[in-house]
Amino acid sequence: MRNPVPLLHDFLHDTARRLPEKVALVAQKRRVTYAEIEASANALAHALAARGVSRGDRVVIFAENTVETVVAFWAVLAAGAVVSIVSPLTKADKLTYLLNDCRAVALIADGHLARVFVGAAARAPHLRTVVVTGTFDPARLEGLPGVVAWADALAGEPVHLPPPRRCLEVDLAAIIYTSGSTGDPKGVMLTHRNMLTAATSVLSYLETAEDDVILGVLPLAFDYGLYQVIMACAVGARLVLERGFAYPAQVLEVIVEEKVTGFPGLPTLFAVLAELDHAGAYDFSSIRYVTNTAAALPVRHIRVLREIFPNARIFSMYGLTECKRCTYLPPEDLDRKPTSVGIAIPNTELWLVGEDGEKLGPGEVGQLVIRGATVMKGYWEKPEATARKLRPGPIPGELVLYTGDLCRLDEEGYLYFVGRMDNIIKSRGEKVAPREVEDAIHAIAGVKECIVVGVDDPLLGQAVKAFVVPAAGATLAPREIILACQRRLSSFMVPKYVEILGELPTTNTGKTTIPPPKPA
Amino acid sequence: MSSIHARVRRFITTNFYVPPEEPLADEESLLDRGVIDSTGVLEVIAFLESEFGIAVKDEEMLPANLDSVASLVAFVERKRA
Repeated sequence: MRNPVPLLHDFLHDTARRLPEKVALVAQKRRVTYAEIEASANALAHALAARGVSRGDRVVIFAENTVETVVAFWAVLAAGAVVSIVSPLTKADKLTYLLNDCRAVALIADGHLARVFVGAAARAPHLRTVVVTGTFDPARLEGLPGVVAWADALAGEPVHLPPPRRCLEVDLAAIIYTSGSTGDPKGVMLTHRNMLTAATSVLSYLETAEDDVILGVLPLAFDYGLYQVIMACAVGARLVLERGFAYPAQVLEVIVEEKVTGFPGLPTLFAVLAELDHAGAYDFSSIRYVTNTAAALPVRHIRVLREIFPNARIFSMYGLTECKRCTYLPPEDLDRKPTSVGIAIPNTELWLVGEDGEKLGPGEVGQLVIRGATVMKGYWEKPEATARKLRPGPIPGELVLYTGDLCRLDEEGYLYFVGRMDNIIKSRGEKVAPREVEDAIHAIAGVKECIVVGVDDPLLGQAVKAFVVPAAGATLAPREIILACQRRLSSFMVPKYVEILGELPTTNTGKTTIPPPKPA
Repeated sequence: MSSIHARVRRFITTNFYVPPEEPLADEESLLDRGVIDSTGVLEVIAFLESEFGIAVKDEEMLPANLDSVASLVAFVERKRA
């Protein structure tokens, strides 16, 4: 019996009831049915509840794209708690920050990431439970609170029903951490209503259906990747989960083997595809849609995508974690407006404002404002940052999202992305806050000044470049700066280029500014 | 000229982050260790091609060939045989 007032995880319960034996997930050579996912999710939800996880508590998942991560996502929701999936590339310091920022009471983590999470968990006083998947050395985890292996946690717990439901649609379902110009990750708070609205809207224009087979090669810590799980489950489609695109040939073989119909990707991923000599040799006739977001699809990639996926409709899209998605370009408009990111998704409204807040007309560049039920509730415990983004809308008491992105609209109301108002670098499909990288470089002995920028890169989108000024008497080599960054930062944040300078140029007011490009 | 093994190890440990207190075993998965990611794999391939004069075909970009020091060494030896 479908719940008449559904929460996000009712997608799982409803579909498991309707299609219990359908293979929901293909991952690491395992085929898992909807019934199996629901049973495991129910058991884990009970296990979390038994360990004190209550409504509204935060639970962090620190793991790769695995069956367990998917199960854990649904389980945390079924326990009435708030789920936050953190990238497995996250280093210890940042993980410590995240665990403490949201005061997570439970951590579900991959055993092979122990070297990262052991230290972080030890420094998170609110943590009471650590559920570990895969293989691990128990001695390593000694001293951590409530350590339990996945199988042991689930054993003996009820599988047929989740714990009693306490959440409302307006309760938080997830916190998705995102970078900002200050460098401190901010937790985007999303309610069940936010996520149900977003999933329903996106499904409506993609027309995803039960017979779809969706490729999940994007990180589940990223909302774009996570929603493939949510949307597949909503319609009873199958998700083929891959760890990433590190080994493209393997992913391409899986696409053919599983007859994948939907390929959500990113420009960096499509760039890799474009460079493979034999991408054209695979039979990708099964792919009926390809989607792109995170950065604009270069026109040359559109051509390559058409060649590799001859039967696919190509969706160029744009959004931010703060509202999941803003726009999509209907595939039939791709040829005549290839650089547009399209029109507002169903159930969303958008407009542009100038510097004094006035609504702008076609052709004018201004800040994009988003209105609709996809808009986040705010940043977790960051009221000032939240106040900058959420401001009063047309109806008294409502809040709309000031995106911080500069865009323009054409005469037909199609949106074009112009640039970010802050200076976030988009590299490898990930956001890099220059300040976070600068902080890491400043921690190196002998660094006097540095400034970090994005430079155009055909493969990465933008590459991270650091200009560094050594302190008097110090000598620094680019190599050692890069190594020090590798130690402190996630891999995609590490500068690809480091230039050592005698000084950084400054503006009239004394602010350091970006050095001009060297003459060729 | 040092062995294939030595040259591969040197490349991995100087171009990617391997914490000194956790040395990388030859059999360990580079992906699991978080030593490399997807663009890292492309750098490894560029290294193999320039250092050892082999050509890596698209269909050879598989974990079995590339995901550990031992696999990389075996892969290079096979290609040069």
